Amino acid sequence: MEKFTTLSGVAAPLMRANIDTDVIIRIERLTGTQRAEMGAYAFEALRYRADGSENPDFVLNQEPFRGAPILLAGANFGCGSSREGAVWALMGAGVRCVVAESFGDIFFNNCFQNGLLPVRLPAADVQRLAEQCAGGNARLTVDLARRRVVSPRGEEMPFAIEAMRRDALLEGLDDLGLTLKHTAAIEAFQAHDRQARPWVWQPG
Amino acid sequence: MPVQTSSDKLALFDKIWNSHVVADLGDDWVLLHIDRHLLHDLSGARALEEIAQRGLTVRNPELAFATPDHAVSSAPGRNEATFAPGADLLRGLRRRSAETGIRFFDLGEDGQGIVHVMAPELGIVLPGTVLICGDSHTCTNGGVGALAFGVGSSELVHALATQTLRQRRPKRMRVRFEGTPGQGVGPKDLILHLIGRIGAAAGTGHAVEYAGSAIRALPIEGRLTICNLSIELGAKMGMVAPDDTTFEYLAGRRFAPSGAAFDCAVAAWRELPTDADAVFDREEVVDAADVSPTITWGTSPEQAIPIDAAIPDPDSAPDLVRREAWRNALDYMGLEPGRPIAGTPVDWVFIGSCTNSRLSDLREAAAMARGRHVASGVTAWVVPGSERVKRAAEAEGLDRVFTEAGFAWREPGCSMCVAANGERVPPGQRAVSTSNRNFVGRQGPGARTHLASPVMAVAAAVAGAIADVRRL
Repeated sequence: MEKFTTLSGVAAPLMRANIDTDVIIRIERLTGTQRAEMGAYAFEALRYRADGSENPDFVLNQEPFRGAPILLAGANFGCGSSREGAVWALMGAGVRCVVAESFGDIFFNNCFQNGLLPVRLPAADVQRLAEQCAGGNARLTVDLARRRVVSPRGEEMPFAIEAMRRDALLEGLDDLGLTLKHTAAIEAFQAHDRQARPWVWQPG
Repeated sequence: MPVQTSSDKLALFDKIWNSHVVADLGDDWVLLHIDRHLLHDLSGARALEEIAQRGLTVRNPELAFATPDHAVSSAPGRNEATFAPGADLLRGLRRRSAETGIRFFDLGEDGQGIVHVMAPELGIVLPGTVLICGDSHTCTNGGVGALAFGVGSSELVHALATQTLRQRRPKRMRVRFEGTPGQGVGPKDLILHLIGRIGAAAGTGHAVEYAGSAIRALPIEGRLTICNLSIELGAKMGMVAPDDTTFEYLAGRRFAPSGAAFDCAVAAWRELPTDADAVFDREEVVDAADVSPTITWGTSPEQAIPIDAAIPDPDSAPDLVRREAWRNALDYMGLEPGRPIAGTPVDWVFIGSCTNSRLSDLREAAAMARGRHVASGVTAWVVPGSERVKRAAEAEGLDRVFTEAGFAWREPGCSMCVAANGERVPPGQRAVSTSNRNFVGRQGPGARTHLASPVMAVAAAVAGAIADVRRL
């Protein structure tokens, strides 16, 4: 997994509520596209017009937001489908951090599996950041070690993240590697469970 | 073990969660045991491929069950090559399942179908179990009293390799549906009504239990429909406590315990329901009698209104972000605020998906379609949820009812709900769909989706326009 420490860069305001993972990456792009190529299809329905040309009204097609590493989004960003391709597509398009009031639960977990940082801030803070960024100076700093977003005007906004998740991101740790250290506990659980709930272990 | 609330009264969720903790990781995080995996062609094939490439092994293949559903054609007489882009996925899933010892239900076999239709009907998901799948509608399986949730690719690989997942304990929400729903109102209407009322993000971070007299009165298939839309409420887990209805449903199913083992399991399952006086982080109550046949007008499931209501005006939205979302939705959907939703002409009708493709859904739809006919200019499909549903429906003659009424009767799979299989609503066309997502482009680029119940879908097909089933 890619490490995440501190990120300074342009933040693009995409302040719609309920941006779903179908909009982030269409399902058909999951069947025929390699993971590394998915960035080209991020937000396809919003980014391109029906004739395939760029939609000039979409924020990521406008300067200075093109290629922005930070997104500011409305509530419930990443709701819907569990497709991890949504995270791959965002990262492929250069996004490393999304700031929103809330996120879809499965998308939120998928972010941490890949080194994309989802930051939850109160709605009013996200709105204020979006207004500042839309107004000209759009550079934010996201400091994971200090758990702070620093606005273009220098305002520090603290955010919550569990120590375990923060440390995994800071060090780029892989969940699977950590869990394999618990193999003895898994074996003990299963040995006990086979006695306690035999019906679970003999399907059919 | 994470600390409970001050009370020692436990919810269904707590009982399942606590009994699956392999290790406490601190900060409300645990290593949670997984009892069942469902694998489908889209995420399952890729996950098994990654397991092989990384030199990992599937720890408990006997607890995993695989079938193709997402990227297969539903055309009558289909085979694995009918939708060519999906053929490699299907073959990959078949081959890797055989190599790793995972049960695989192939096209045309009992067991093939939409994973969340197949798992309950075969008795794969059982009360008190933890079940996962690389699909967000895995919450459907909570209808039999399981803790079931969708995961992404990385977590799927983790679970296959270790039979566990690292999970943070969610908050608990209970929604009680009380009373008796009126004419034409079914489980789909109840859950769409709830999402419309409290929003598509209301359940974020929560495990939701559905309770109350209207839920107790529902057969299992209705409970599965309710739980299916938990993810559209923002919650990755939704569940209904098991009861005699559940036990009767499971008895005799192919992978359910039998004989003395079944009795032993039922005795344990009877301990699962939420204790009286258990405390939830959030509680909601819905009076079922207040719910009308419900339909969505926009591009989020929360944009749901009674069939006799008007299309909302963005100027009356509660905040700026939603005003923008409503404007975008109306523009995409090609609708004008203030007009009645009923009477809006439709081009397509889709009856199917893990929400509403079970035998009871098809029976209700067929009862409404019998002796009527699909309006000219409307293309209407019925896609049974599984091979077993298809055979049972055909044995009752439901397929003939549909075809005589002008509906196409197709092969089981996800079909037009997910549009990953070449089956799409054409750009700009309007569909009434019994599926679960009305997102931009969900049923194909430019497709305009209205979510509704199976009987409302039939009403729309027959009227050629969005229609109130109570007036058909």
